[in-house]
Amino acid sequence: MVNSIELEEEQQSMSKGAYFLMVVRLSVVFIVLCGIIYPLATTAIAQVVMPSQANGSLLTNKAGVVVGSELIGQNFTDPALFHGRVSSIDYKAEASGSNNYGPSNPDMLQRTKDFITQWQLDNPEVPLNKLPVDLITNSGSGLDPDITPASAIVQIPRISNLTGIPTSQLEELVAKTTKGRDLGLFGEERVNVLKLNMALSEMSAK
Amino acid sequence: MGVLQIVVVIVILLLLVKPVGTYLYHVFSNEPNRTDRWFARTEKGIYSLIGLKKRGGMSWKKYAISFVLTNIVLVAFSYIFLRLQKGLPLNPSGIGNMEETLTFNTVISFMTNTNLQHYSGETGVSYFSQMAVMTMLMFTSAASGFSVAVAFVRGITGQKSVGNFFEDFVKAHIRIFIPLAVLVTLIMVGLHVPQTLKPTLAVTTLDGQTQQIAIGPIASLESIKHLGTNGGGFFGANSAHPFENPSPLTNVLEILSMWMLPASLPYMYGLFAKNKRQGWMIFSAMMTLFVLFLGLNYYSETQGNPAINAMGIDSSQGSMEGKEVRFGIAQSALFTTVTTAATTGTVNNMHDTQTPLGSITPLTLMMLNNVFGGKGVGLVNMLMYAILGVFLCGLMVGRTPEFLGRKIEAREMKLIAIAILIHPLIILVPTAGAFLTNLGNGSISNPGFHGMTQVLYEYTSAAANNGSGFEGLADNTSFWNITTGVVMMLGRYVSIIAMLAVAGSMIKKKPVPETIGTFRTDNGLFTGILIGTVLIIGALTFLPVIVLGPIAEYLTLR
Repeated sequence: MVNSIELEEEQQSMSKGAYFLMVVRLSVVFIVLCGIIYPLATTAIAQVVMPSQANGSLLTNKAGVVVGSELIGQNFTDPALFHGRVSSIDYKAEASGSNNYGPSNPDMLQRTKDFITQWQLDNPEVPLNKLPVDLITNSGSGLDPDITPASAIVQIPRISNLTGIPTSQLEELVAKTTKGRDLGLFGEERVNVLKLNMALSEMSAK
Repeated sequence: MGVLQIVVVIVILLLLVKPVGTYLYHVFSNEPNRTDRWFARTEKGIYSLIGLKKRGGMSWKKYAISFVLTNIVLVAFSYIFLRLQKGLPLNPSGIGNMEETLTFNTVISFMTNTNLQHYSGETGVSYFSQMAVMTMLMFTSAASGFSVAVAFVRGITGQKSVGNFFEDFVKAHIRIFIPLAVLVTLIMVGLHVPQTLKPTLAVTTLDGQTQQIAIGPIASLESIKHLGTNGGGFFGANSAHPFENPSPLTNVLEILSMWMLPASLPYMYGLFAKNKRQGWMIFSAMMTLFVLFLGLNYYSETQGNPAINAMGIDSSQGSMEGKEVRFGIAQSALFTTVTTAATTGTVNNMHDTQTPLGSITPLTLMMLNNVFGGKGVGLVNMLMYAILGVFLCGLMVGRTPEFLGRKIEAREMKLIAIAILIHPLIILVPTAGAFLTNLGNGSISNPGFHGMTQVLYEYTSAAANNGSGFEGLADNTSFWNITTGVVMMLGRYVSIIAMLAVAGSMIKKKPVPETIGTFRTDNGLFTGILIGTVLIIGALTFLPVIVLGPIAEYLTLR
């Protein structure tokens, strides 16, 4: 009970106006500290110490021109290049996201069926049961830069026919571009489609 | 490999619980300790800046009022910033002012630690707003929730007072969130998360098309988004976006960032209660429920979508619609379970696209809202169930129930009943209401039972202050902005104030000596009772509506 009497005294020692003013001052202090100083200070450190990472991990071609970010997928329509995953936003990276189709959504099931029909026309050499599910589904971000190694491998016969590059060389290229799990444990094996196509273009140019 | 990488992350978490929990105890026990040397001077500076002279303990009412008032003032500033963002600095992409109801929803959403987002980060807010509103509220809402949880723990463990809100609030920032956020931000940038003030980039792609790439000060928001269990993404796709979460390593870092502090709170509680076993019992009840729901999601997602599997393709990867290749099923399932357990609401895969049984995991974890839980609230809710469990056992044997040596009486049980009942009320009533009107029905983007789940998920997420969504729902309308705004407010403040009142009433009670007849709350039996109470009281309330949504969809999809 002694405590609560002390408490009462502490509360009465400050007028309502002064108390409210203190809350406002507290808010302003943390708006400045967390909302302005913290992000600007970390930006400054990041820009000085790690400029490449801090500015979007951009990739340049041999001529030194930026062709994109290694983290952001691109829309590849040329059948002689490797294709990425389905993207409802066509890899337009000024926005992100997907249609959020539920598993029973008829539009999603129709889209998948249409994709498979078109795929079989474009890739008659590959049996349907080899077509990996990641290639026919929409990624969460619509900007997924990767496909699984299996999804790259099933595209090799088509690309080999169109470019004349032997399949063994393309297989080697895919193997070389494949990135393992992080620390050999986390996540999945993956192939960055943009990097793969940049290497493929170099190979075709030779 | 899938299960192994999940186990490794859980083991890392287990190793973090004790050191982090001990640190939290040192910060909030208000006894002189080593952390003072680093931070005390900065804090003194802030106390004198704001004019806080005496830092004596508050009554629970004063604590609650200080908490609510600080939140109101922060919301007011944020509202003004968003409504005027067009003319404010750091708006290189020339984004316009935010609409009224959307602003209302957004500021409530971030202040209540929900981070339900009805705007899209790329097109809806300027860099200044991302920093001074989003990032700032991520800190302050987390610190607010943390302070309240500590006050509650002080109350039921019989400390001198519930503490001083302003002191707790400042300490939570200076000793926990800001140092951790700076550290995680810099690690994130090292792992390729951008941190820049440059406007949207334009590049010519390999295929000869033009691609606009939205970018910005992402890492500084990303770190506190997880540390503060906020969950609001810089971009629309949240942590599925490769800039927010570029690799499995950043994914693990984000998981641990959002999980570490809530998981360490039970240990801190054990130290306050001077009974570490007590803390571990609460922790193991949480972990048991967590593993159960993680298992359901992981299993269901690896099985894939039966409708797609039937098309004859190679579906051995599982359900990949709405997921990213770099994460696969294991990192996605773990992320989903942690984000809804810790009520963060960040997503690295689209919950709307998950298999029906898989989607029960995020939905139920938000309905329970006490398996780890967001900043503080989860522990408070779990302790509330613990008191309820003790009360039920007391009824069965006809003894006055006691918790931590204090009698639990009518006043506490009434307050707890309010806190427990408000949660289903603000989920089920608006869900039913939304179906009665075209304003609600018209936003559903998936037909059938899945549409029902979309609406249910939205209100559950708002009520649990989670913020993830079945994002197909077209929710940026006045109807959704206002109704979810109100639900978020009720979900946050009603239960917090009720629980502070419980703390205030427990702290005044005289401890009763422990006898042979005292029901022990620090053994395996109690953990079992606690899990049972959570499942019976918490989950059964929602069973009918889960049957109507995900389970009905599962049965029709097979």
